Amino acid sequence: MLEAVARLGRGVLDALERLGRAHLLLLAILLGLGEVLRRPRLLIDQLFNIGVLSLSIVGVSGLFVGMVLGLQGYYVLSQFGAAESLGVMVAASLVRELGPVVTALLVAGRAGSALTAEIGLMKATEQLAALEMMAVDPVHRLLVPRFLGGVLAMPLLAAIFSAVGVLGGYFVGVGLLGVDEGAYWSQMQARIDFTADLANGVVKSLVFGLVVTWIALFQGYDTIPTAEGVSRSTTRTVVHSALVVLGLDFVLTALMFGD
Amino acid sequence: MDEAQPLRVDEAPGPDVLVEIRGLCFRRGERVIFEDLDLDIRRGMVTAVMGPSGTGKTTLLQLITGQLHPEAGTIRVAGEDVGRLGRDGLYRLRRRMGMLFQSGALLTDLSVFDNVAYPLREHTKLSDSLVRKLVLLKLEAVGLRGARDLMPNELSGGMARRVALARAIALDPMMVLYDEPFTGQDPISMGMLMALIRQLNDASGLTSILVSHDVRETARIADHLYLIFEGRVVAQGTPDALANDRSPWVRQFLDGLPDGPVRFHYPAPPLAEDLFGGRG
Amino acid sequence: MAKRRNIELMVGAFVALGLVALFFLAMRVSNLSLSASGEGYLLQARFANVGSLRVRAPVTMAGVRIGRVESIRFDKHTYEAVVSMRIDPAVDSIPDDTFANIFTAGLLGEQYIGLEPGGSPEVLRDGDEIVNTQSALVLEQMIGQFLFKKAGESG
Repeated sequence: MLEAVARLGRGVLDALERLGRAHLLLLAILLGLGEVLRRPRLLIDQLFNIGVLSLSIVGVSGLFVGMVLGLQGYYVLSQFGAAESLGVMVAASLVRELGPVVTALLVAGRAGSALTAEIGLMKATEQLAALEMMAVDPVHRLLVPRFLGGVLAMPLLAAIFSAVGVLGGYFVGVGLLGVDEGAYWSQMQARIDFTADLANGVVKSLVFGLVVTWIALFQGYDTIPTAEGVSRSTTRTVVHSALVVLGLDFVLTALMFGD
Repeated sequence: MDEAQPLRVDEAPGPDVLVEIRGLCFRRGERVIFEDLDLDIRRGMVTAVMGPSGTGKTTLLQLITGQLHPEAGTIRVAGEDVGRLGRDGLYRLRRRMGMLFQSGALLTDLSVFDNVAYPLREHTKLSDSLVRKLVLLKLEAVGLRGARDLMPNELSGGMARRVALARAIALDPMMVLYDEPFTGQDPISMGMLMALIRQLNDASGLTSILVSHDVRETARIADHLYLIFEGRVVAQGTPDALANDRSPWVRQFLDGLPDGPVRFHYPAPPLAEDLFGGRG
Repeated sequence: MAKRRNIELMVGAFVALGLVALFFLAMRVSNLSLSASGEGYLLQARFANVGSLRVRAPVTMAGVRIGRVESIRFDKHTYEAVVSMRIDPAVDSIPDDTFANIFTAGLLGEQYIGLEPGGSPEVLRDGDEIVNTQSALVLEQMIGQFLFKKAGESG
């Protein structure tokens, strides 16, 4: 019985320690942001790794999500004779919620796990220590460009997701199910507000970008330097990112869309 | 059975001592790694630090380079107290040191040439053509100038270590640290590496610190040996002097005897009790 | 360095694509193309009951949106709702005997203000009040009236 309590206590202390280390790392990264401007090539490489390489999964997912929204939305709305509001429904769902959230989850799975594996592997093969020994700060050289790349790429990817999704909904709703084309767009334009909906969506995806990239980098940097350790850290990146994104989404939605 | 006697360094370090360690204490969690350790690394010599696996030889290197901090005691490198240096001071010191990691630790997304050029490009403002000449010279010194465009994953283990060595000496450091350089190498690669370590040391007046448990190879190229056991220095001297040392621990380690002060059997109850008494 | 150029090209294309998507969302999906709030002049109107009229509901004339509801207050002395409307500055010829009605859009729709022009030569300016108003139709009241009328007929 006492054993269990002791173990719980140790677990809590460990978790607190890790939380502290994670925040110290974030601080170090934020302080090093200015450095990356001297080496823009590093940032461009990371925008490629995180942004460009996630394009296909984000684009295809956005298309399918938009199409499903069109389908489901039509079934529900037509029961109330409100099929003309399909455009609003699809666009609002995407811009406010699904765009930022689903994109964040996809990026965490694709790019986040890759980041963790890359940094973790460098730690396990002593490359991080070698950089330290060559008097190069691995936080500035490796982590800061990746962090900035993730934060910048996320809202762009979320916008692409939403835009493709709206088009997907259009294709299904107007093209296949016969919703009036004019109504699809005009209702949407009347009801989706730039600041309340779109800007808030962008803010959400910026926050998600920060959080997902931070988690991925920390798990890699903090990993136990063995093959098994790296593999477990990669899994943890995806799981933690998902939980934090969904939790933050609730908080942000309440703050932004409440009255 | 003789207890291994810890040795103290009594004389004041001479001006030719590059690394001076006094009273070093270091712990990992509950395990004591070093207790009151004294060590001198002399300029221009190849000094080897040896001991069984797990005695913290890599930890010692990390303490010398400032990657770890001692709990007590001082480590002076070229007169500077490593424990007191701030980040900038440490980085300045490390530029005068080169380290060869156990696995080479080449940056995997850079070619051999770029790996060796890395410290030059980072810390000097030399022109591209000058950097190129220096890199080629360093690669020539380790015999891999022809491999300059290969990627690290195309190299064998021995070749990777040689490239890492070229990188370690890129800035012409005052000392090079070798972390278990002979582990897992075939005899030919080992021979190459041994020759290189000795040549580099003598040609450029380098100081080399070698950490290893490969007795034969190390004894052949080292000028001075330190044997560490249970956190203290238990023997030191030239390879010849130690070959004639009669103390049981030194003999067990250097001769590779299966039983001695380091026991063969892990502590356990008597065999008869295990087999016939009690359960399973 | 062809690979280098390639990477830079694709990153540039990615960023451009993202910005295009944002632009598309801003222009074609949201209401940004219509005049930003803050432009236009204010008119007021008092209603006995605004129903479920909300801030930012449209203000229309002849079915065309010419403004938005800016704010809805309660006047504690006259027990009326005071609605402020921001009108598009291009629409500057609203006669001062115009009627302001609260209508419902569609079956489930939200409520909006529809203006029906009068014939007066005087036009409303910034800060003026629309005097002729008709409150929102409240469902329960209509049902009550209907039942009352029915009871009256049969009785």
